Amino acid sequence: MSLNRHQQAGITDEQVLDMYKTMLLARKIDERMWLLNRSGKIPFVISCQGQEAAQIGASFALDREQDWTAPYYRDLGVVLAFGMTAKDIMLSAFAKAEDPNSGGRQMPGHFGQKKNRILTGSSPVTTQLPHAVGVALAGKMEKEEFVSFVTLGEGSTNQGDFHEGLNFAGVHKLPVITMVENNKYAISVPFDRQVASENVSIRAKSYGMHGVTVNGNDPIEVYTAVKEARERAINGDGPSLIEAVTYRLTAHSSDDDDRTYREKEEVEEAKRDDCILTFSTYLKESGVLTDEIEEKINSEVQGIVNEATEYAEEAPYAEPEHALRFVYEEQEG
Amino acid sequence: MAVMSYIQAVTTALREEMQRDDKVFILGEDVGKKGGVFRATDGLYDEFGAARVLDTPLSESAIAGVGIGAAMYGLRPVAEMQFADFILPAFNQIISEAAKIRYRSNNDWQAPITIRAPYGGGVHGALYHSQSVEAMFANQPGLKIVMPSTPYDVKGLLKAAIRDNDPVLFFEHKRAYRLIKGEVPSDDYVLPIGKADVKREGDDITVITYGLGVHFALQAAEKLAEEGIEAHILDLRTVYPLDQEAIIEAATKTGKVLLVTEDNKEGSIIGEVAAIIAENCLFDLDAPIKRLAGPDVPAMPYAPTMEKYFMINPEKVENAMRDLAEF
Repeated sequence: MSLNRHQQAGITDEQVLDMYKTMLLARKIDERMWLLNRSGKIPFVISCQGQEAAQIGASFALDREQDWTAPYYRDLGVVLAFGMTAKDIMLSAFAKAEDPNSGGRQMPGHFGQKKNRILTGSSPVTTQLPHAVGVALAGKMEKEEFVSFVTLGEGSTNQGDFHEGLNFAGVHKLPVITMVENNKYAISVPFDRQVASENVSIRAKSYGMHGVTVNGNDPIEVYTAVKEARERAINGDGPSLIEAVTYRLTAHSSDDDDRTYREKEEVEEAKRDDCILTFSTYLKESGVLTDEIEEKINSEVQGIVNEATEYAEEAPYAEPEHALRFVYEEQEG
Repeated sequence: MAVMSYIQAVTTALREEMQRDDKVFILGEDVGKKGGVFRATDGLYDEFGAARVLDTPLSESAIAGVGIGAAMYGLRPVAEMQFADFILPAFNQIISEAAKIRYRSNNDWQAPITIRAPYGGGVHGALYHSQSVEAMFANQPGLKIVMPSTPYDVKGLLKAAIRDNDPVLFFEHKRAYRLIKGEVPSDDYVLPIGKADVKREGDDITVITYGLGVHFALQAAEKLAEEGIEAHILDLRTVYPLDQEAIIEAATKTGKVLLVTEDNKEGSIIGEVAAIIAENCLFDLDAPIKRLAGPDVPAMPYAPTMEKYFMINPEKVENAMRDLAEF
């Protein structure tokens, strides 16, 4: 019997189902946040929808016990794969005190959790790239064996920090994997108004690193590219730039109306290629996902999202005066 | 006790901290083999190797940003900006990132990075090698800004900056590098960040300043002493956050206050010092708060005539002190 695609990539049936489940969890949390936003319960949401395959495919190719990550605001899938829970995400959505990302200080999508090696992020884009390079530099200096994984959108590839960070990583041959999630829009501005080159990965050449463009709707293809990049990094062969081509299925954020700048037909067409649907079809065709297993996963994910939402909604806010804490290190006692 | 120059105190502090803690490393442009354009890292490349005295690409935002990443990981980076004038490409990394990392993560993360940069004029450096940039950073809680005046303070405060668990901007006056010498103990001491220091006791007028201004004020004070005017001189040492208690105490002591900076006047550090005094010492003042500063032009011109006109110097400080004493 010939091996199917995920087995050829070295992914077990169990792992591939775990990938699917994590993708679905990211999607369902995201959808729930939109509902909460539209019903006036949370002020803001910014989505991962359409990018789950790239995020989870990449994360599963990493060592999620050792590797570090500097995600950007759409990387719900990455942070879930790195150990953040649905409850953590919902606490952030409701800006509650227990939110591990920021204790309710930052908008949702501004991830960070030290125990899972998820660097804290901000809103000005691409600042996280030099941070990931710095983590890789530190790891190399300390002779630790891990890679630093940083993600960003294609609009971010026009920032100075993209150039400065990647050039630094290339010069010092650091174990950094940079994955650009090219969802074709920087808010309203399409790719051809953002980037002059034919694609993003071609830019890798000027930084002396390996560059490749992959189908970001296919978690197995992304997995393979990141797996290879990780091997190069660990073997001392330096950084990689991976461009995962996806599509942003929602508006930029809950405050954006994408009907003003892109055609409905274009979005409808992209939805036919929705990675959650295409991946579940693949899993069914390869016999891994049965109706029974699918139903079990759906109900489990639904339960997790419901429980997380209820918990976070009931959880307390920080005390007002907590706004004064942690400007600088606070001395004990 | 050894007498050393201001810049030797910088090198000494760096060397001792790197010997003490192998997590401390230096990154910047030309800091390695060359030992820095001012030679602040002279000899460190040979002693500690290329990895710990890292020559970076010419990329200020990456120097800061990569340093911040390494600091979040747990190392102790000391980043060098070749001139304070060139720090601005790193502004976003310093203000949006380093200064906010502890706060925005609710104390989960910290960024213990020290960023050193030579600042200041009077060295024929023209517009882009003479500036005082501290005020551009000095309304950002989460950041500390240290500007020492003496070799003794340099060593103790640079060590404190490197050991501090929050980001510290450490601005060194480049004219002081070789001009200012002083005694520096060979032992391992640190000085508190956030504390001003009385550099001269006096009862007639108070001068509050920092950096090279401290030396100008001290020289002027000796001359005025011959005329029977005794000046009290407070060196801010940390310009953000300010040592309010010491400022209030120094202002109250004489009731006549002159504030001195070589930065442009409007929006400078001493404006905030004036506000602290105005809020707290109104009924202790015997004269309006006076400010001596650079003119409000974009930066210091190159030609010696114009440079001299821009710069504060001992004579300008002396005249301003005498005027205040006679008020």
